[in-house]
Amino acid sequence: MAIQSTNAPVSSWNMRSLIYDPKFRSYFFQAITILLLVAIVWWIADNTIENLQRSNTASGFQFLSSRAGFDIGQSLIGYSSDATYGRALLVGLLNTLLVAVTGIITATIIGFVVGIGRLSHNWLIAKLCTVYVEVFRNIPPLLVIFFWYSGVLAVLPQPRESLALPFSMFLNNRGLAFPKPIFGDGFWLVSVALLIGIVAAMFVTRWAHQRQDRTGQQFPSIWASIALILGLPALTFLAIGSPLTFDYPVAGRFNLTGGSVIGPEFASLYLALSFYTAAFIAEIVRAGILGVSKGQTEASAALGLKPAKITRLVVVPQAMRIIIPPLTSQYLNLTKNSSLAIAIGFADLVAVGGTILNQTGQAIEVVAIWMIVYLSLSILTSIFMNWFNARMALVER
Amino acid sequence: MKKTLLSAIIGTAAIGLGATAASAATLDDVKAKGFVQCGVNTGLAGFAAPDSAGNWTGFDVDYCRAIAAAIFADPTKVKFTPTTAKERFPALQSGEVDVLARNTTWTLNRDTALGLDFRPINYYDGQGFMVRKSLNVASALELSGAAVCVQAGTTTELNLADYFKANNLQYNPVVFEKLEEVNAAYDAGRCDVYTTDASGLYSLRLTLKNPDEHMILPEIISKEPLGPAVRQGDDQWFDVVSWTHFALIQAEEFGITQANVDEIKASTTNPDVKRFLGAEADSKLGTDLGLSNDWAYNIIKALGNYGEVFDRNIGEGSPLKIQRGLNALWTKGGIQYAPPVR
Repeated sequence: MAIQSTNAPVSSWNMRSLIYDPKFRSYFFQAITILLLVAIVWWIADNTIENLQRSNTASGFQFLSSRAGFDIGQSLIGYSSDATYGRALLVGLLNTLLVAVTGIITATIIGFVVGIGRLSHNWLIAKLCTVYVEVFRNIPPLLVIFFWYSGVLAVLPQPRESLALPFSMFLNNRGLAFPKPIFGDGFWLVSVALLIGIVAAMFVTRWAHQRQDRTGQQFPSIWASIALILGLPALTFLAIGSPLTFDYPVAGRFNLTGGSVIGPEFASLYLALSFYTAAFIAEIVRAGILGVSKGQTEASAALGLKPAKITRLVVVPQAMRIIIPPLTSQYLNLTKNSSLAIAIGFADLVAVGGTILNQTGQAIEVVAIWMIVYLSLSILTSIFMNWFNARMALVER
Repeated sequence: MKKTLLSAIIGTAAIGLGATAASAATLDDVKAKGFVQCGVNTGLAGFAAPDSAGNWTGFDVDYCRAIAAAIFADPTKVKFTPTTAKERFPALQSGEVDVLARNTTWTLNRDTALGLDFRPINYYDGQGFMVRKSLNVASALELSGAAVCVQAGTTTELNLADYFKANNLQYNPVVFEKLEEVNAAYDAGRCDVYTTDASGLYSLRLTLKNPDEHMILPEIISKEPLGPAVRQGDDQWFDVVSWTHFALIQAEEFGITQANVDEIKASTTNPDVKRFLGAEADSKLGTDLGLSNDWAYNIIKALGNYGEVFDRNIGEGSPLKIQRGLNALWTKGGIQYAPPVR
């Protein structure tokens, strides 16, 4: 509007120059885009408000502090039907995070192994890795989840015929039951020792690097670190008189009681997401390694480095720069795919939110919470990976 | 209001994009488009399930057809929308369906905060438990420590939590969104107990691999009055849906069946029956409802009375063989009762 009114008295020669003015054109199209965007958002908001009022439903986020009234099977924090809807959502969020974090770690490990394996000179290993990638990459993740879930339920025995495993563990179609550690008095000292061990290991590694830079002498810092991280807590544990007992699973009337249980829902979701995403990560890793110029490998070999060291010290650090950006996308995909948990009854954020949505009828609010949470998780992951990428980036010297 | 705006902007989903907004005059909309859009279960044998030819059949389905018969004198003018427990209320609220006949329990919360209206109760139900006979359980009070399969977002899920808490029993809930997933998990032995409305248990037992290996425990732990639901604030449509049910009940009370309705309409001298079937001159009962005067006749002609609908789908004439019990007429020891049609 404003543009038209100011242009009205201008002569046709000026009009034409205005049309061909790149600056004016760029502003003009941006203004139109913004207008369209505002109009769409306004239309959606207006329609929603009107429909909400007409449908006589309650709205707002007050429901989050009401009593939930339903139970959740798997929870990392204390939860009962007396807790609030807000806490129920928190339980769901923690379950989502649990499967996302464990899944990302496992998928990365499998992905790197398979990706490097595909480049192996060993024909069998290379082909096996290729088959793995092609199989998992070409099946929808939901089917992979169903495959693991129905596989777990179909193959494993009923609770009364549980498979007894070493260390008082039991396996049946209700999950893997294992002894639950109960930490006695003074156990916090062990945690402190572990922390000290980790810090000490970091110092040793730094010192070893500096010494190698200075003198060229190598120091077995990996073994020293392991000894520090494991040995220090172990010694502390023995010194304060082993304050650790276990709650063992025992057969009850229906299920095993006592101990801790990893349910088949979590297990199948975790395995499915890990194996599925690992196939993509393997391809990214392979692309990253192939992206490092062959001259680098040849030059390292000419310097007399052994093949394992060439991979670890020359190829992988350079490949990481190619690998990290697409790897971030895969981490985000895994986190988002965890919402497929709903198909097998794992109490993730979407499953719990769905129940709340139905009990309270507050669809828009719950959907908004879902979107904000997944958006936040994705942004946080991206920020972390961008920081990591910047750290790994090529430093010009 | 501010919060609504915020969530509206963020949540473009669900209701926002529904261009077919909930209209105040559903009856006019239905007449204009020529069919009733009915929300039913995704598949619960006896209540709503597609048969081998793909036609929807069942107790709830017959209610949809009865409403269509009352409006159009044609029980086929109905389209079905299968909904999960989670989808059913948004589907009704957003106007995607005109009426929800999906074995849905009438509760205060749903009547108020969810913006729905319930009136006729077409099935008085209660929540029960099903277990494997091999577990040797005789009562629900022996279920402490059991894994219980239940559908997400139902009153069942809430009653379950309350019942186990009240009786100080432990349990491990195994919750699925879809009925078929709950069935599959129970059948695979993922849980010891299956809980839902007793009518649902009878229906689901038939779909298990070996129905005879399972039994339903005697306890009924809740009141589950099931009935059709409509959107709040549309009294005319609410009346049409309510009186469709009352006509089915009234017909059974009069002894009018699908087979004898024509004969009775032609020959009766009972003014009550004449009025009911629209055979009375100058009666305005049907037009006051927004329908034709022979609306009740059309329902009975198409589907029979309540007793026939019950027997055919879930009663003695069906594989479920559910007893009438509370759902018998008030004159026969039950509590099904209709206000006078006059």
